[in-house]
Amino acid sequence: MSASGVQTYTPREFHRQAHDALGNPQIRANFRRAMDGLMAKRRDVFSDWDLETLRELGANIRLRALAKLPDLLEQLEANCQANGIQVHWAENGDEACRVIREICERHEAKAVIKGKSMVSEEMHLNAHLEEAGIEALESDLGEYLVQLNEQTPSHIIMPAIHLNTDEISDIMHEKTGTERTRDVDYMTAAARAQLRERFMAADVGISGVNFAVAETGTLCLVENEGNGRMTTAVPPVHIAVTGIEKVVEHLRDVPPLYALLTRSATGQHVTTYFNMISSPRKEGEHDGPSEVHLVLVDSGRSNIYQDDELLDTLRCIRCGACMNHCPVYTRVGGHTYGTTYPGPIGSILMPHMMGLEETRDLPSASSLCGACGEVCPVKIPIPDLLVRLRREAVGEGRGNVPGAGVKRTKKEVAAWKTYQWLATHPAAWRSGTAIAGKLQALVPSKLGPWTEHRTAPRPAKVSLHALVKQHKAKRHQAGKSDDDGEKRS
Amino acid sequence: MTPVKLYPPKPEKVYFFGTCLIDLFYPEAGMDGIRLLEREGIEVHYPQAQTCCGQPAYTSGYQQEARAVAAAQLDLFPEPWPIIVPSGSCGGMMRTHYPQLFAGTGHEARANEVAGRIYELTEFLLHVCQLRLEDRGQPEKVAMHTSCSARREMGLGETGPTLLARMGQVELVEQARATECCGFGGTFAVRHPEVSAAMVEDKTQAIEATGVKRFVTSDCGCLMNIGGRFEHQGKAVAGEHIASYLWRRTS
Repeated sequence: MSASGVQTYTPREFHRQAHDALGNPQIRANFRRAMDGLMAKRRDVFSDWDLETLRELGANIRLRALAKLPDLLEQLEANCQANGIQVHWAENGDEACRVIREICERHEAKAVIKGKSMVSEEMHLNAHLEEAGIEALESDLGEYLVQLNEQTPSHIIMPAIHLNTDEISDIMHEKTGTERTRDVDYMTAAARAQLRERFMAADVGISGVNFAVAETGTLCLVENEGNGRMTTAVPPVHIAVTGIEKVVEHLRDVPPLYALLTRSATGQHVTTYFNMISSPRKEGEHDGPSEVHLVLVDSGRSNIYQDDELLDTLRCIRCGACMNHCPVYTRVGGHTYGTTYPGPIGSILMPHMMGLEETRDLPSASSLCGACGEVCPVKIPIPDLLVRLRREAVGEGRGNVPGAGVKRTKKEVAAWKTYQWLATHPAAWRSGTAIAGKLQALVPSKLGPWTEHRTAPRPAKVSLHALVKQHKAKRHQAGKSDDDGEKRS
Repeated sequence: MTPVKLYPPKPEKVYFFGTCLIDLFYPEAGMDGIRLLEREGIEVHYPQAQTCCGQPAYTSGYQQEARAVAAAQLDLFPEPWPIIVPSGSCGGMMRTHYPQLFAGTGHEARANEVAGRIYELTEFLLHVCQLRLEDRGQPEKVAMHTSCSARREMGLGETGPTLLARMGQVELVEQARATECCGFGGTFAVRHPEVSAAMVEDKTQAIEATGVKRFVTSDCGCLMNIGGRFEHQGKAVAGEHIASYLWRRTS
């Protein structure tokens, strides 16, 4: 985001970016088609599973890990070190960048090859390394394309999902000189050949981590392209970077989470590669890096951890199912959010990382339809957390999220106080609806943006309160026994 | 998932919480809901002091205001009768969020007790009244949009369609992406009007593509949104609350 030339989006401009995306037929079609496909794949792949039981299991594994998080992190560190993996702690993204840069500099690295890592996106690692004269090349195909196109990922699992075949062909043609084509195999083979040389030449490989197993000191990496294995096995130094919440307690916790992750993310039973990294190259082994580092990044996570509601945010295993199923994300795409993590998970995570002032429009960018919560493989109550952050934004929460209260305006408070007064004074409420009904013709037919696309609702001439009264009176006359039983009207 | 709910036998009396949208904009839908219940031999009590469940303030983050409004509704249902709500949105608010809203306050026990008696109208008609319907209308194809709160928050994706299936002359046709939100979302439609408009446009297109001239819904928020979009386009697709549709064709 910060490197010159890179297309920039910011959460502050959510409305403008949404407007642009909504008006872009290419973006609309690309996301709709891709998300429809992903939803169908997920549905099919889970069709013969007891999904609710599996989600419950996944949620409990994550909850147990979070309940023991401080201890598990210490255990992870000790077991990694015992395995020969060097462990580093970083309080924020800048610190993590510095740690990584220093490792690179110690090895006089000029070229870094990267596997997919959203945490590295979160801290803008590529830009940071570039400033230090170190070239970082993305090796995940989607990330590679996004990097070639000087963009940021628009989805956490499928970074280039906003691009279609023709656009990819154009990018590869312009940036790498391949033929213009719709032949996907040709383009994949070309990218593979281009990357292959870079793997061989890289001084350092940087990857993310999907699960860090505390009891064994093992780093699990889930991927489909083999680039993760190349990144972590070919260069002489491997640096894994991840958030502190990615730790799980036992090795046996991994299979259920992996089963949920691949099915929820891409509708796959398994991925093509599942890497378990447990040490640097040992004596007598033919390959693997001679040094392995693990950088554990906090970046606001331990602050989230302090709050018993917000804590649920940290259960996330980064499958992206919430965005695939989000009717808002599907329409505006990932870039509109202007954040590393877009969609529902981004809207509950980014306010902690960037503050509510920057991300003020994200918690409200949901109709609370519940689709995200319904598909979340670890049952994060995303809609409830969105409401919690809305509360924080207007200063009626616990006040422990950065920027709390930033959206509180006198005008809106006055509106809700008026609503409160009316809704707690039934006689006034009834008069209000009666007056609205009588003044029907005077109610404006233009109600701002609502009526640009829809007709305005018309207050009924007679409210339900009044209709029920008339109805009861008629029934009473007709000799029906029930009165309306009201003592308090 | 909502846990399996054990339904009681049909009671003699119920409360009816009409919702503010119905009160102001769609009162006949409320009346039709009451008529359907009365036809089942149930005495329907409509507390005249009811106003709004508090959801608009709640989902906007105005917790104190929501709590004050919700607290005023808690007093309206002193007898242990079921409380019938002709909306999954308001029903979901009262069943799911009242306990959260009042947790740790003096109203907690009462909020939980009231929440336990909340039934969405189609849920109650189907599972408690075991409603039988004698369809007197002309043969007709109809589409249904079940609100997201009815479907996901209350777990009632099937109650509306099941009732419609009991109508002899009605053929329910399912629109593409039937489970997707129509874009209303209460204040969402105001705070993110362009995104909301794109969503309702897709919803109306999907309904229109089925060839129906009528759609029904169990929530007046969706009705206002989808119906308002059709009307704005001058399309001859009419919307109706499912209570009105059932009553109109069986009375």
